[in-house]
Amino acid sequence: METLGIWIAAILTLCIYSFLYRDNPFYRFAEHLLVGMSVGYIIVITIYFGFIPYAWTPIKNAVTDETARLGFLTLIPICMGCLFFARLSSRRAWLIRYPIAILMGISSGIMIPNALQTDIFAQVRGTIDPYSRIGVLSAFEITGAILMVIGVVCTLTYFFFSVEHRGPVNWLSKVGIAFLMIGFGSAFGNTVMGRVALLIQRVDFLINDWIGSIF
Amino acid sequence: MKQKVPLVLCFLFGIVMILTEFSPHAASQATYKEIANWGRVISPFVFVLAVVTLIQTHWNRIQRRTEHWQYSFVVFAGMLAMVAAGVPSGPQHPAFAWLFNNVQVPMDATMFSLLAFFIASAAYRAFRARTFEATLLLVTAVIVMLGNVPVGDLLWPDAASNARQWILDNPNLSARRGIILGVSLGAISQSIRIILGIERSYLGGGD
Repeated sequence: METLGIWIAAILTLCIYSFLYRDNPFYRFAEHLLVGMSVGYIIVITIYFGFIPYAWTPIKNAVTDETARLGFLTLIPICMGCLFFARLSSRRAWLIRYPIAILMGISSGIMIPNALQTDIFAQVRGTIDPYSRIGVLSAFEITGAILMVIGVVCTLTYFFFSVEHRGPVNWLSKVGIAFLMIGFGSAFGNTVMGRVALLIQRVDFLINDWIGSIF
Repeated sequence: MKQKVPLVLCFLFGIVMILTEFSPHAASQATYKEIANWGRVISPFVFVLAVVTLIQTHWNRIQRRTEHWQYSFVVFAGMLAMVAAGVPSGPQHPAFAWLFNNVQVPMDATMFSLLAFFIASAAYRAFRARTFEATLLLVTAVIVMLGNVPVGDLLWPDAASNARQWILDNPNLSARRGIILGVSLGAISQSIRIILGIERSYLGGGD
C-alpha cells in the first residue's frame, strides 16, 4: 500500500506541475479531484468535530440521562440551522435571514470583547511594555522600542482619514507608508520562501521517495 | 416579520454575548457557553448548504454538457471516496488517513508550491525600484529572503539572518501592530453597527 501511495502521489504531483507548460486534461483532472476530496474531507471533519459533539451528543445524553435534560435546548439551533435550506425554495428564501441574523449576533457579540482584549489591549501593552523595563534595556533595545512606537503611531496615522493629510499629519502618514512597505516586503519575502520550501519538499519527494523507490 | 424579527434576534444574541462575557457569575458564564455552542451547531448547516450548492452546480454542468463537464464526475468521485472512507468509521480510519496522506496532502502541497513560479514571475515584472517606497519593499523582501536561506549567511556571515530577524521584530512588527489595531477598531465598530441594526446588508435585498 505504501508503494501504491507513493506512485499515486507522484503521478498527481506531476499532473499538477504539468500546468507550468499550459492548461491540460491532466491538470484539470488533478484540480477537480482536489476540490472533490477537500469537500469530502471537510464533510467528515464537520460531522465528527462539529455535528456529533455539539448537536448529536447533547440530544443523545438528554434522552438517556435525566440530569442532562437541558440538552434538548440544542434542538433550537438545529431547527434554526435547518432554516438555511429555505434558500433552496424561492418563496421561502427569506427564512434564511433568521439563522444568519443569529450567527451575526453571536459572532458580533463574541468579537467585541475578544478584539478589545486580544488585539487592542494586548498590542498596546506589547508596544509600551519595554518602557517599563527601560533601566535594564541595552541601547539597541531602547532604539527598537522607540522605533516600535514611531512605527505604530505613523501606521495608524496613515489609516486615519478623519483629518486631511496635510502638514505634520502628512509627514507622519508618509513615515507610516515606509513602515507599511517594510511590513509588506517582509510578508512577501516570507511567502516566497514558504512556497519555495514547499517546492523543494515536492521535488525531494519526487527524486528521493518516488524515483528512489524505482531504482 | 421578514426584516424586524431577524434584526431583533441579532440584537438580542449580540447583547447577551457581550453582557455575559463581562459577568463572572456562574449562570452568566453557562449562558455564554451555551449560546456559543448554539453558534457551533448552526455553522455546519451553512457548510451543508454550500455542499448542496456545489453538487447542484456540477450536476447542472453534467446535464447541460458545458465545457469540461466530464471533470464534474471527478469532483463527485473524490468527494464520495472521502465520505465513504471517513463517515462510517471516523477520520481515524486507516482508509481515510491513507487517502488524506497520499492523495490530498501531496496535491495540496503541490498546488501551493506551484505559486512559487507565479510569484517569481510576478515579482520579476512588478518589482521595479521606481520610487522610494517600492525600493523599500524590494530591499526588505530581498533581505528577508536572503536571511532565510544558508547562502545569505554564507555571503555575509551572521549579518543576513540577524538583519532579517531585526526587520521582522521591529519595523515589520510595528507596521503589523498598526494594521491589527486599525482592523480591530474597524471590526468593533462594524460589530456595534450590526448589533444595533444600522448595518443590515447581511439580510440581503427585498422587504
